[in-house]
Amino acid sequence: MKPQERLLVHHINRALTRIMGEDERVLMIGEDLLDPYGGAFKVTKGLSTQFPQRVHTTPISEAAIVGVATGAALRGMRPVCEIMFGDFLGLAFDQILNHATKYPLMYAQEVGCPITIRTPMGGRRGYGPTHSQSLEKFFVGIPGLEVTALHRFQPVEAFYRRAILQRDQPSLIIENKIMYGQEPLDTVARYGDFQVRRHGQDVVDAELSLTDFAHEEVTLITYGGMTDHCLEAARRLLLDEEIASNVLVLGRLSPVQLEATAAACARTGRVLIAEEGTGAWGIGSEWAAQLTDALWGKLKAPIQRVACTAPVLPNSRALEEQVLPSTDTIIQAVQTLMSRT
Amino acid sequence: MSQEQTEQFFRKLSFIRLFESHLLEQFSWGKLSGTTHTCIGQEANAVGITASMGRGDVVFSNHRCHGHYLAFTDDAFGLLAEIMGREEGVCRGWGGSQHLCRDGFYSNGIQGGIVANAVGAALAEKHAETGAVTTVFLGDGTLGEGLVYESMNLAALWSLPVLFVIEHNGYAQSTPTRLQLAGELEARPRAFGIPTLSLASNDADAVHAAVAPLFEQIRAGEGPRCFVSHTYRLGPHSKGDDHRDPAEIEARRTFDPIRLYRTKLPETRATEIEQANQNRLAEIVNRLAESEGS
Repeated sequence: MKPQERLLVHHINRALTRIMGEDERVLMIGEDLLDPYGGAFKVTKGLSTQFPQRVHTTPISEAAIVGVATGAALRGMRPVCEIMFGDFLGLAFDQILNHATKYPLMYAQEVGCPITIRTPMGGRRGYGPTHSQSLEKFFVGIPGLEVTALHRFQPVEAFYRRAILQRDQPSLIIENKIMYGQEPLDTVARYGDFQVRRHGQDVVDAELSLTDFAHEEVTLITYGGMTDHCLEAARRLLLDEEIASNVLVLGRLSPVQLEATAAACARTGRVLIAEEGTGAWGIGSEWAAQLTDALWGKLKAPIQRVACTAPVLPNSRALEEQVLPSTDTIIQAVQTLMSRT
Repeated sequence: MSQEQTEQFFRKLSFIRLFESHLLEQFSWGKLSGTTHTCIGQEANAVGITASMGRGDVVFSNHRCHGHYLAFTDDAFGLLAEIMGREEGVCRGWGGSQHLCRDGFYSNGIQGGIVANAVGAALAEKHAETGAVTTVFLGDGTLGEGLVYESMNLAALWSLPVLFVIEHNGYAQSTPTRLQLAGELEARPRAFGIPTLSLASNDADAVHAAVAPLFEQIRAGEGPRCFVSHTYRLGPHSKGDDHRDPAEIEARRTFDPIRLYRTKLPETRATEIEQANQNRLAEIVNRLAESEGS
């Protein structure tokens, strides 16, 4: 295997290739998809050569990309949209809110709208204020939209196959830019010193522990691109402070399904939620509200949230590092959690 | 036009008018809630254009969709029940006046977005090689939405089987064209290389004669076409919100599509058809009254 074939971006590419090969209803629609370019992050490389009739490269028209996919989905196709940067998803917001998700709901019939929108989110590459954001929180509140975030412990092909071929409603898949260049850990039972457990089928929550999944004191909940920071925080908390924690990496952001998560949190009674986007009205807000309800009487301290602290992501990598949540800010928040017990 | 087709056109034209007049009356009595947008004055487009459609064709329509829906599906019971918020409605009361779906007909109350959806539907039909034509109805007011142009661009680039129908009724809700549309209307689709036919007539036969060749061209794989109808809305934007000069509206009644078309039939035959339409509507109203609360 060539070194680049081990990377997550290649695994997504291979999954999409297989899915397109299996089902003629699958279309790829997005900007700059054609070979040799193959998409800005190369996720779709080779697809236009293998399936020239079904890969549609588009003008710079994000609303039309999602709008056209929606119309095609109403008429029996299973389109996959690539939005080049998650930051551009705002241009397609109305199509997602008032068209793709609304049709199956408001027609009150067996009307499906199986579109999948994939988009990369996240910073730490110095792309600046409009190419680095984590905007998923603006989409998780849309009824009828499933929002999932790929993580490294997630079996890749099942994840995409479910959204593209097995669901009849719109799906939004958040991919992380940094993660494209990392190796998937989709089958490992151990990662470094962590033990890995997986919960769920197709969309998987991963639970990691350095100890025994029984005597941890803190639960760190996260998704997507914040995973490595939480794991590093867990490692340092154990080594430096002798605080044992379990890390839960959730695959589905919305609709919220926190039963398994709540059970894991009930063991520790101390919960921290880490997300890369800005915190107010964030992913963690809803999760914290629902977990507080599920864990009432079992929480030893108020749920803590860690998120981006600045209203805009600076272009400078040094400044970006200061405002994005990091291993250090997670550790500090855990210390707060322990001190408030 | 055969005598049979002429009668069929008049039956549809006068039924749409009757149906929507009934709606406005029910609203004025407070017997319907919410809102509605009637196409009174624009019926010739609904009837003249859908006459070229066949099984498998697709329609996307907007907030002013009753005429298109009735002409395409003939489902007056499902529509009235829907507007009344009844379980028997075509969308079981969830969609209402602006959000209908049946047999390839889709409508949505958001301006512009359906144009992209129609282009996508045409893409799907082209992939599936069904030979279907997708028609999308928009108004001059919709031309303020950017997505319309993104969608026309894609339809032309991909040579898709889609007909854009722009019903230019002179007003975007209350705003006259001169305050909301710069430049020439027809220049917009033409800028994308979409052959565009313009007609100023409320005669359903003239509309049909103009549009039928466009359907043939689209079915022959020649790509998208645009039809611009210069028409006029005789009724209010929605229920009673009309501040136009009554003299302006009155002058346009000369071109009322129902009045124009009625003269094509012998008086007795026209009256018979109108009576049959009234009976049909009364029967639907009675059926819904009988099943209410059951």
